[in-house]
Amino acid sequence: MAGEVLVLAESSGAAFRKATFEAVTEGRRLADLLNVREYVLAIGNNLMDHVSELGKYGADNVILVEDPSLALFHPDYYRQIALQAIKKLNPSIILAAATSTGKDLAPRLAIHLDTAVASECTHLELENGKLIATRPAFAGKVLLRVRVNGTPSIATLRPNVFTAKEVVPSKKPTVEQIQFDRPDSKMVVKEFVTQGAKKLDLTEASVIVSGGRGMGGPQNYKILEELAEVMGGVVGASRASVDAGWRPHSDQVGQTGRTVSPTLYIACGISGAIQHRVGMINSIVIVAINKDPEAPIFGFADYGIVGDVFEVVPALTREMKAFYGK
Amino acid sequence: MRRVPDTATRIKIASDWKSIDTADAEFVINPYEEYALEQAVQLKEKLGGEVTVVTLGPEKTTQVIMKALALGADKAIHLKSDRIPDDPGSIAKALANELKGSEFDVLLFGKKGVDDDNQQVGQMVAELLGIPCITQIVKLEVSDGKAVARREVEGGSITVEASLPAAFTAEKDLTVPRYASLRELVAARKKPIVVKDIELPQSFIEIVSIQNPLPRPAGKIVGRGVDAVPVLVKLLHEEAKVI
Repeated sequence: MAGEVLVLAESSGAAFRKATFEAVTEGRRLADLLNVREYVLAIGNNLMDHVSELGKYGADNVILVEDPSLALFHPDYYRQIALQAIKKLNPSIILAAATSTGKDLAPRLAIHLDTAVASECTHLELENGKLIATRPAFAGKVLLRVRVNGTPSIATLRPNVFTAKEVVPSKKPTVEQIQFDRPDSKMVVKEFVTQGAKKLDLTEASVIVSGGRGMGGPQNYKILEELAEVMGGVVGASRASVDAGWRPHSDQVGQTGRTVSPTLYIACGISGAIQHRVGMINSIVIVAINKDPEAPIFGFADYGIVGDVFEVVPALTREMKAFYGK
Repeated sequence: MRRVPDTATRIKIASDWKSIDTADAEFVINPYEEYALEQAVQLKEKLGGEVTVVTLGPEKTTQVIMKALALGADKAIHLKSDRIPDDPGSIAKALANELKGSEFDVLLFGKKGVDDDNQQVGQMVAELLGIPCITQIVKLEVSDGKAVARREVEGGSITVEASLPAAFTAEKDLTVPRYASLRELVAARKKPIVVKDIELPQSFIEIVSIQNPLPRPAGKIVGRGVDAVPVLVKLLHEEAKVI
């Protein structure tokens, strides 16, 4: 049968990413609208024990391809497996998370299938079986609505925008395991090095505590790390503090950094220049702490405290500790 | 290399609500391609060879081509079309048509254009040419027909090796672009630009409409200094319900 919805799952270690559950939830919604089944293609290593989680979010069928050489994303291996599955299944819609893997892989598939991908979508609609995707462009200064006219219609979904929602009752997906025959490749994927102790990426975090020029220097980010830790969040940075060499680029929120949409974004010593604003404006709640009452950030923050970050942030950490009973 | 409106430019939606009015926009080399170009020039300075810039776009792209030549490219190929297509696949096919059969070791792209934010063209061109492509790289070393690149991913980085020729897409941290001196700007005028009129391949992406994002309602100042902290926590819990 043709016309199914296919979601490309992504794992990190031996677990699926939160962004994958968001995509499976959205895929379920589309499959129901089209009255078709939702398939999930899971490529990785040691994922068998986690397949039931995909059912929780609505997957009818799981195609599982496991091999130690698939633990990390390998463009040639993943592309070959996905193309093979797609040609067999002939889906009408393909979804993936707009992560480093999804954004690398989806265009490779599209060019081989002679179709197109809408990147980093924030909303999807269906029209005559094709996707109409809403996606930010110019770093969110405008929203495009684009029709993906090729077949299949492919989209990558911006993490933290779609909500992962369990279906009731849970699905018990049919699992089909496929043997992996490693193809020749001119690429060797060597090793993954974690960046510090950071467990979560900015794009997947639900709380971000971000620091800007007002932090004064790299040594002062400790107070932000303490606050983030109490709240189970991660630390971000403005371009000014990254350009000054205080924080790595991977921490940068904004037009030439990450675009984030956490539940809570706490901007500390950040003025709120347009290039930063576009990277975090879709956060659900924005808190700004800045000593300058005229800082542009107060124009779009939900809650603001005018004050010295070196006094307010430690006080906030203490208050949050008390709140969480830590 | 892509010609894009400067990131500081205000983006104005045209009256058809399907395109961007760029009449007042200032155009620059796509910032991610500046990192890529700097990497190419550094490789040339270290290992020899030649840097060619390939770009697709309208007549006015010449201005950013001159800039690239001043920044160290030796020559340029301008695939001239009336516009840049909305479908990255269409761009990729046009670029791959041009590159097919030409000899190169390293093919560098920016990871994405700061205008359409698609992040697709580099890996698509590589797939069409049948060469490896490592995306979002922050470090590149080339020696003995082989490249070792580090790509930035969620929570860390991954090292990938590829045999040449290979393609790479640049992340911001790859290099720090240089500035062109006046002498280089003058010298750029003597460097060759090959202009070719092309037919754009089919586009599978159709813009239905463009809209402005919903404005964010102005919030409130909770207070000044540490005294405001307990109020803030209460509001986050009871009003915003995010903690």
